[in-house]
Amino acid sequence: MISIVAQKKLNAAGGSMLLDLDIKVEQGQLVTLYGESGAGKTSTLRILAGLLKPDTGQIVVNQKNWFDSNQNINVKPQARNIGFVFQDYALFPHMTVIENLNFAAGRKNGNHVEHLLELMELGNLKNQKPRTLSGGQQQRVALARALAQQPKILLLDEPLSALDVEIRKKLQKYLLQVHQEYRLTTILVSHDLEEISKLSDWVFEMKQGELIRSGTPQELFSNPKIQENFSVSGEILSIEPKESQVELKLWVQHNEVRILCSKKEAENLKVGDHIVIATNDFRPKIYKGPNYRF
Amino acid sequence: MNWDPLVLTFKLALVTTIVLFGLSLPIALWLSNTRSRSKPVVEALVSMPLVLPPTVLGFYFLIAFSPGNTFGSWLNEWLGLKLVFSFTGLVIASIIYSLPFMVHPIQSGLASLPESLREASYLMGKSKYETLSKVILPNIKPSLLTGIVLAFAHTVGEFGVVLMIGGSIPGETKVASIAIYEEVEALNYGAANFYSGVLFVITFCILLLVYLVNGGYVKRFWK
Repeated sequence: MISIVAQKKLNAAGGSMLLDLDIKVEQGQLVTLYGESGAGKTSTLRILAGLLKPDTGQIVVNQKNWFDSNQNINVKPQARNIGFVFQDYALFPHMTVIENLNFAAGRKNGNHVEHLLELMELGNLKNQKPRTLSGGQQQRVALARALAQQPKILLLDEPLSALDVEIRKKLQKYLLQVHQEYRLTTILVSHDLEEISKLSDWVFEMKQGELIRSGTPQELFSNPKIQENFSVSGEILSIEPKESQVELKLWVQHNEVRILCSKKEAENLKVGDHIVIATNDFRPKIYKGPNYRF
Repeated sequence: MNWDPLVLTFKLALVTTIVLFGLSLPIALWLSNTRSRSKPVVEALVSMPLVLPPTVLGFYFLIAFSPGNTFGSWLNEWLGLKLVFSFTGLVIASIIYSLPFMVHPIQSGLASLPESLREASYLMGKSKYETLSKVILPNIKPSLLTGIVLAFAHTVGEFGVVLMIGGSIPGETKVASIAIYEEVEALNYGAANFYSGVLFVITFCILLLVYLVNGGYVKRFWK
């Protein structure tokens, strides 16, 4: 069990911000930190990893004190045994794939690295340098490397955001697989609602350094009043007036969708908002097959 | 032909470069990590030899190291060091004079490395020393090579500082650049041409080697 109660003043782009955390994560859970950029999600991961020191507070992991501002305890990152997948992957450029993994594994090696290479389908890339790999391959190496040291906790900082849909889906599969196989406690930073719903047991939503909501993905991202009906959530890409109505362009599950709404409905909306479109008077068209294209 | 001035020049450059490397690495590491307010002051001091006329440095070294004043006589009495008109003095003056040429490339190499490499290594349980030797230094090899060669070449080329503090004692402080000056004064153009030609060819070869290695030509050739 991980418990973080911490405060830290951050100097963000738009002035300073107080990061105020109170997070509890049960062992074996896969938890997502969700929120706008600049909400403090990455800083939260860095605080847990020991890369960023809180001003005040306490971090307790499995009954061990990792940080306590009152007792002046601050366990070094080296002693926390955390697997961390950085946003830029942070692969060591001068080492090959297998050297990266072996370096992370240190003395704990054995068959572990070989098993990871196999699991992530990296066997035939193992002697290549990171710069010769594609984004998706680098991401797999980063994930494998984070697991090579056999951590109890895995932290992922928006690792999938730069990848296209197909590779993303595959990596989500890998991620669930390793999370279960290694009985990890995983904390993921993500913007993607679909990804969150698919992967996580619990979600913390952050805004300007504060936790504003937490719950299961279903509780957070679907409106209980309309749950029995058909609803999808999406992000607004553009808003354009069309005669008496307004056309919204939305990003829904990796597709661009156009819908019409009334001017009144569009009043409080702006580009970048997440909205739910729902209908209870519905006669949907049905097509067979997962990849049907209109 | 008397090879002594040339041998002395390269001996001075070699000793200076080795000491300078050990000295510059911690300075560059500190400069690239620190948030201390004294950083600009240290940066300015390190860069001073780039702008100051070498004679100014030489003049102050001469005053400071002279056995006639407190610091110079203290060095002489307690450490047995005579730094004026001696090889040791030349080495110390050269270290200060070439300091920016070693520190700057290493510092910019360190600054271009993403922070996350170091952090990733720490999270793998690696100590600061292991991170430095196995992650950071191997990734800034071109910068290290540039620093080493620039410091070496700059020491080979120094004249003003050496003249002020070293004088021209054969076999002790008479380096090639001084020898060339003296031969020209004595109208021995043949000897001056010999020293100059050797310096010309050797420095060209060293610099060419650096650009070949850093440009990846050597690696490609071996593949």
